[in-house]
This record gives sequence, structure tokens and C-alpha cells, in this order.
Amino acid sequence: MTDTTNNEVIISCKNVHKWYDEFHVLRGINMEVRKGEVIVIFGPSGSGKSTFIRTLNRLEEHQEGDIIVDGIELFHDVRNIEKIRTETGMVFQQFNLFPHLTVLKNITLAPIWVRKWPKDKAEKVAMELLERVGIPEQAEKFPGNLSGGQQQRVAIARALAMQPQIMLFDEPTSALDPEMIKEVLDVMIELAKSGMTMLVVTHEMGFARAVADRMYFFDEGLIVESGSPNDIFHNPQEDRTKLFLSQILHH
Amino acid sequence: MAATEIVQEIKRPPQPPGPIKWMRDNLFNGWGNTLLTLVLLPFAAYVMFSSIRWMFVDADWQVVTNFPLLYAVGQYPRDQLWRVGVGLSLILFLMGASWGKWGGLLRSIAIAFAILFAVFALLPVHHPEFDLGMRLYLGANALLVLAGYFIGRIQSLKASYIVIGWAITPIVTIIFLSGFENSATLPAVGTTLWGGLLVTFLLAAGGIVLSFPIGIALALGRRSSLPVVSAFSTIFIETIRGVPLITILFMFSIILALFLPSESRIDRLLRALMAVTVFSAAYSAENVRGGLQAVPPGQIEAAKAVGMSNFQTMVFITMPQALRAVLPAIVGQFISLFKDTTLVVIVGINDFLGIGRSIINSDPAFMQLQIEVYLFIAVVYWIFCYLMSIASRRLEAMMGVSTRL
Amino acid sequence: MTTNQSSIQYKSDIPFYRDERVLKIIAQIISTILIIGAVVWAIMNFLKAADARGMTLTFDFLKEAAGFPISNPPIEYNPSMTFGRAFLVGLVNTLRVSVFGIIGATILGTLMALARLSSNWLLSRIALIYIEFHRNIPLLVLLFIWYFTIFGQLPRVQESITWPGLVYINRRGFYFTWLRLTETSAPFVISIGIGILLSIIVYVILRRRRELTGQETHYSKISLGILIIFPLIGWFLCTGSPLQLDVPVLEGFNFSGGLRFTPEFAALFIGLTMYTAAFIAEVVRAGIQAVDRGQVEAARAVGLSTSQVLSLVVMPQALRVIIPPMISQYLNLTKNSSLALAVGFQEVFSVGKITINQAGRAVPVFALVMVTYLTMSLLTSFVLNLYNRRIQFVTR
Repeated sequence: MTDTTNNEVIISCKNVHKWYDEFHVLRGINMEVRKGEVIVIFGPSGSGKSTFIRTLNRLEEHQEGDIIVDGIELFHDVRNIEKIRTETGMVFQQFNLFPHLTVLKNITLAPIWVRKWPKDKAEKVAMELLERVGIPEQAEKFPGNLSGGQQQRVAIARALAMQPQIMLFDEPTSALDPEMIKEVLDVMIELAKSGMTMLVVTHEMGFARAVADRMYFFDEGLIVESGSPNDIFHNPQEDRTKLFLSQILHH
Repeated sequence: MAATEIVQEIKRPPQPPGPIKWMRDNLFNGWGNTLLTLVLLPFAAYVMFSSIRWMFVDADWQVVTNFPLLYAVGQYPRDQLWRVGVGLSLILFLMGASWGKWGGLLRSIAIAFAILFAVFALLPVHHPEFDLGMRLYLGANALLVLAGYFIGRIQSLKASYIVIGWAITPIVTIIFLSGFENSATLPAVGTTLWGGLLVTFLLAAGGIVLSFPIGIALALGRRSSLPVVSAFSTIFIETIRGVPLITILFMFSIILALFLPSESRIDRLLRALMAVTVFSAAYSAENVRGGLQAVPPGQIEAAKAVGMSNFQTMVFITMPQALRAVLPAIVGQFISLFKDTTLVVIVGINDFLGIGRSIINSDPAFMQLQIEVYLFIAVVYWIFCYLMSIASRRLEAMMGVSTRL
Repeated sequence: MTTNQSSIQYKSDIPFYRDERVLKIIAQIISTILIIGAVVWAIMNFLKAADARGMTLTFDFLKEAAGFPISNPPIEYNPSMTFGRAFLVGLVNTLRVSVFGIIGATILGTLMALARLSSNWLLSRIALIYIEFHRNIPLLVLLFIWYFTIFGQLPRVQESITWPGLVYINRRGFYFTWLRLTETSAPFVISIGIGILLSIIVYVILRRRRELTGQETHYSKISLGILIIFPLIGWFLCTGSPLQLDVPVLEGFNFSGGLRFTPEFAALFIGLTMYTAAFIAEVVRAGIQAVDRGQVEAARAVGLSTSQVLSLVVMPQALRVIIPPMISQYLNLTKNSSLALAVGFQEVFSVGKITINQAGRAVPVFALVMVTYLTMSLLTSFVLNLYNRRIQFVTR
């Protein structure tokens, strides 16, 4: 995409391990992400890709290895964790919008209470974001009255309202009906083109082809292969990569 | 080409939806139902007519109509009744103001109370205590609700003032009711003199207001990851839920004093309130816990991901959803609490039921009139409980709309 | 901003007040201290006060003579027996009224629910009035109405309401002609026992065979037949008649013989039953309405008979919804039996109160009473929850 090769490293993972009881789910992940890069993470289910992305904002804990996000070390320091969470935004597969609040309140809740913005500033920013994702008219509706695609776009706006440095996407379109996937991907593509650092766990290879700077193939807790979309699609090195690609590209 | 015949449809003429058809569908459809109706109808008619006849002809209601103030406030000194009025009027005014400011269900509640007091003002009782002054006061209260409404509607009046008003109401009410030693304006009136509906409402309202936050705390405690807190909460909740309320009442009456430093003496009414509160809190805790379990974990993850602290997540995300999910059960528990206050009669407190009993026992002639007294008491409780359950259903319906998923 | 070494925090550098692991431990320590501290403080106060009043905290008093009467005790009792014995009598009374109450309330409540769902408007409305009346008044008021007003009208013994030879009702209670076992009834009793056991075994085996092989085994009819035949055989094997009519006979100022229920028991039983039945009616109604109508249609379409539709399709699904709230209603009834104090029926709580009046020892008596209720609650809840777990779906 954009030329990010000279930007500083904004996420650095060295030798990250994680166990769920006895199950070794992350077996030594090494990754460096530069500011502005769009990273696509893909792989079979159970490969640890969702777990990995959730360790980046401490929704999951890693037991070994170093994770540094935006210059802040991610470990047991509660203040660091809070800071990292305000600098990263996350979009979930199940949207997780707050059903008892209007769309507008969903977006302004955190900026008002965490960033301590005054209400008008928060609402102004929220309306701008709703414009950006294409649904400003839904501001006073409740999430239950929106379609899946609209809800996910609100979720993206909610994450962006905190003005994060990094956006994490955990299979954002997997729970959507096919006709709504495009509207969400369009928003994500626009976001990528605007220079946001994004880590996206997804099976949407069209998205990867369009905007990804690098792709990582996860399998059984390890990064099996990584490279630019060009390399991955046209010249995969590992057999497992080839096998997986053949399975998902046969649509 | 065959000739097409247009057959005109002749529709069967619609049967008149008259009472005949209705009876045929609902009372006489089939042999079994017909037989049932023929048996039940005369029985029901008999019961209804003899009840009405008893109510208006045979029953001697003097047992009820002769003692309006006893039923209302027990033995509270008649010359100090204005102090009861202070709290009452304050509440009614705030109710009207809340209606004006927020509307919704509050409108029905406020109007219901206004109508109630208007009815009280016009009651056909002949009693020296129930004089014109009293009637005017009751009628004025109904108008006070309306006054509150108009004040509440004033845009510039901040909602927080009304909330503060509600917050100081319990304090003001208690101060005026109990008074102070050696005071000329507010001489002390011991709680042993308080009785009737006054005591019932104090116990119920106090119990509801206090048991709810305690119940929430217990529910959170039970779900806590700190083992001592969780164990303590669980044992507390399960023990209280496993024993009858009357044992808790007795425990607080008799045994509580032993657990506190010997210098402290707690008022009898207060002990009863504590018992009722603790009992209801344990049940509310289980209801709240059910609600907390119903909140999807993704909600908490989303709140954390956006940077909210544990406390903020609890207040803005978890609790609202948890409480909405179990609102019917919570209100049901409040209604039960209201009914449970009758048990204080067994520890010697003269609530509404207790006053009824003491009236019966005061005069041997009243032994024949027990049914009038108890029926009257039953009807009053019934009215309040039924209204509360209607309010609960309306509240449910309202909440359901905004959280439809 | 480049990531340089000096801005990386080494793991050992986390100050303890920000380290989440440390914070967790601190929270545990503080909460433990606070809670256990409060409990210890209360207990210390208690021991000090108990000491100051010379209160003994042992259970020795249970061996002393009670000195107070209990009317119509279900097991042998007289005032010279111990407090322990009196307590047992109270406990049996509690169980008596609770068990009968639960059975009565379940039957009445189910009938009310079915009446409420009936297509007959009159029946449905009558049930509605019954349910709404009993749900919205306090149980204590209902008990007072039954005991003081209705039963207060009962006539004197001499002027009993009678159905001669069968029922006698007066101020001292309800007397029913009952059957009593004679001395020669042993074969009869044994044969009843064998009959019940055998019919259950045969039922289970034959039903299992029906389910596995599809062969018609008439399991209900056969087991019912066994249940009837065995006692009949036993009857004929007895030398005399095994059963004898026990008719209440007026002797002086009292009836003797027959089955007797005091007005106190009757008031408590009827009040508890009718009150709880109203709540059970709503629980059962909700359960039945929770079963999708499509289920009944599908069952019919597949060829099941009406009784099969009810027993194989509707009831199992309805029961899953009904059982948990039903359990709490049963527990409520058991706990509500403590209101016996208000009508003078001596069950465990009221015996406890009398004991405290006679012997002091408020704390041990209380502890005993509360432990008794707790045990009953936990046992009932445990057993019924086992059944509940068996019938629940496992949902993903």
C-alpha cells in the first residue's frame, strides 16, 4: 500500500507464548508492525490468530515473551494496560454494541468517561465518524433496530472515537450476511487508505489483496509464513499455506 | 374454446357477533363445557349475590369506620399528626414533580396517588377525628401532586434538584416523625406509638430502598474472584434464603443485642426494619445474580477494549443490562416484601394488620366482627399489591421496547 | 518516536501498586482481614455478653423435662418428656403440614392452571379470581381469615356439624371416620408392600422392553393389576378382617377415635395450600404455554394419541420450565409453615419459642431451629435439583 517501510515500529512481539492450562496456543510469535501498515492475519480455526490479536490489548494474557505497543510494554502493569487500551481500538466478530444505549451514546460513552471530553465535543466527533462510515441518520436508533452491517459500522465508529493509533479487527465480517460484507469492507478499506495501522484477522482475501501490506499465515500457534499479498497469493512457500489457500480460495 | 362460467361466490352472511355467539363459543361449546357452565353459573351467581348482600346489609362495618386514624397511624399522638403530614405531603409533591420532569410510568403512579387521596377526602366515615380539617388536608394533598407536576415541568428546574429532594425525604420524614427529647416544637414520639399503615409503609419503603443496594453488593460479592468475599456472600445468602422470615425477625429482636457492644440499644421498629431488609436483600441478590449472568461476556470485552475501567464497565454496561433482564423478578420481590411486613405483628409491632388485631381484642363485642376487619385489611393489601403488579407489567413493557435485540 | 531501549520497562521494574498480580493479592488479604475481622468482633461481643448474663450455650437443656403440653401430637408426647422430645414433635408437625401442603398445593395448583387455560370462559374467570386473590394478599392475613373468622364460627362439640358415621366438625377439630389396622392385619400389610414393589419393578421392566423392542407389553395394565390383586390376596389370607372402621364417638365433652385434625392444623394446612396453589397455578400455566403449539400439531401429525401427545411430548417439555420455580414454591411453603405460631399450631418454630419462654437458652434453641429449617431447605432443594438436572436440556 502506502510506503511504510521507513516508519517506526509501532507493535513489536518477540517470542510470545501463551498456554490455556495445558494447551499451548501461541508457540513463539515474532512480529513487527510499522505505523500505517495494514496486516492481515489468516489461518484455520484454532490456529491462535484470534487469541494473538486479543493479547495485544490484554483481553488475553500472554505468559512469555515481550509485547510492546506504541512504546509501552504490555505486561502486568495496570497503568500500561489502560494506556494501551486507549491507544488501540477493537472491532469484534459479534459487534458487541451496548444494546441499552443509542448508537450515538454507544460511540460517545468512552470518549466522555475515559478521555474526559465534554459532551458536545464527543457528539461532534461521533457524528463525523457516523458520516464517515455512512450512517449518520441512525444516530438516535438503538442497535437492535439496525442490520448487522450497520451495527458493525457503528462498532468501527465506536472504536475510532477514541482516536486510537492502532485498530484491531477480530473476524469483523464472519457474522454478517453476505450482502452486508461489502459495506463493512468498504469502510475498512477507506480506513486503511487513510493511513491507520490495522491488524485484521479475516478470511476476506479480496480485502487482503486490495490493501494489505503484509499477510501472516497462522497455523497451530505459529506463524508459518508471511509476506506481501503478492508473495502469498502467487508464490506461497510452505505446503500448509498452499493447502489452506486452496481451501478458501475455492469459492 | 370452452365457455367460461363465472361462478359468483356467495359468501355466507356473517353471523352477528352478538352475545349469543359469544356464549356459544365460550360457555357452551361442546357437551363438557355446557355441563360445566350449567353447574358453575348458579354457584357463581349465588356466591356473588350473597357476598354483595352480606357486604351491604349484614356486615357491621363500624369496626372499620370507627377507627380511621388508628388504621392509618396507630397511636400517634393526635395533636402531633401534622408531623406525619409533613413527610406525606413532601412525598406527594415530589411525586408530582417527578411526573412533570420525567413522565412515563411516573404519570400513572402520581395520578393514582392523587386519586387515592381525593377518595380519602370524600370517604363516607363519620368520626370526630375525621373532621373537615382532615378532609381538606387530604384533598389538598391531591392538589399538591398537581402542583408538583407543574413545578416539575419548568424547564429551568434541574432534574438533580428533584433527585436531591428524594434523597432527603427519608431523613426529613424520620426527623419529623420521631422528634427530639426536650424539644418544644418537636417533642419525641417513641416508635411504640407508631402504628397502622404508617408503620407498614415505613417498613416496606425502607426495606425496598435499603435491601436493593445491599442485594446488589451481595450479588457482586458472590461473583467476586476473591475467595473470602465470595464464600461469605454465598453463605450469607444461602443461610438467609433457607430459613423463614420469622426466624430472622426473632433473631434481630432477641439476639442482635448480644452481637453488638452492650451499650447500644436499637429501637424495636428499627430492628424489624433491619430484619426485613436483610431478608429481602438475600433474595434480591439472587435475582441480580441471575441478571449478571445474563449479560454476554462480549459486552465487558467491548467496554474494556474501548478503555473503560472495571468500575465504569460495571456502572454503564453491566448493571443496566443485568437489572433490565431481571426487572420482573426484582419488582416481584418488592411486592413480596410489602406483604411480608405483616409478620412484624408476631414480634409485637402494630402495623396495619396488628392494629386490626388490637382493635378486635379491645372490645369483646368485636369478636363477632373479625371477618369485617380482616376482609378490610385483605382488600387494602390486595389493592396495593395489584397496583404494584400492574406497574411492574407496564415497566416491563416499556423496558422491552428499548432493548429489543 | 523510535522504540529505544530506555523506554522499555523491564519486567522487574513494575512498581507494586500497578502490578495486577500484586493488586489481586492485596485485595484478597484486605478482604479477608475485613470480613473475618468483622465476624470475629461480633463473636467476641457475643461471648462477652453471653458470659455477662450467665447464659449457657450448651444443648444440655434438651434433656430436661419440657413441662408444656402439645395438643394432638402426631407421636407420643406428654409434658413430662424432654425438650428434645418436644422439639421432635414440633419437627414432625412441620413435616406433616409441609408434606401434605406440598401435595395439596400441587394438585390444587395444577387444577387451577388447567381451569385457567380452559376454553370455558366462566371456569377460566373463576380460576383467575382465585389466583389473583391469593397472590395479592399476605399469607398471614389469609391464615387469620381462615382461623379466626371461618374456623372461629365452628360450633361447640354438642352441636357439631355432622355427616353421621363419617364426618364430625366442631370447635375442637375435624373428625373423620378412618380405617384402622387390626392385630390380624399382618398378611395384608405385607402383601400391600410386596404388591407395590412388584408393580413398580414390573412396570419398569415391561416399559423398558416396550421401548427397546416395540412389542406391546401392556405395562400399565399389568402393573396396575398387580397393585390391585396382591392386596386382595392378602386380605383373604388374614384370619379376621385386617381393617376396622374407626368411628369418632362422642364421649362426654369430646370425640374420641377416628382421624382428627385440629382447627389449628386445618387452618394452617388449608391456608398454606390455597395460597401456594395460586403461585403454582401460574408456574404450571407458564410451563404449559411455553410448549410451542407446533409441538402438539407435529405429534398429532406423526400419529400419536392424545394421551401419548400429552405424556410423551407436552409434559416433558413443560416440566423443564416448571420444575425450577416449582422447587422454590415448595421451599416457600415449608418455610411459611413457621407462621403456625400465629394460629397456635405447634410446629418446630412455635415449639422453639415456647422452649425459650420456659427455659431461656435463646441462642441454642434458635440455632437448632434455624439449622433445622436450613437442613430441610437444602435437602429438598438438593433432591429436587437432581431430578431437575436429569430432565433439563443441555443447551449449547
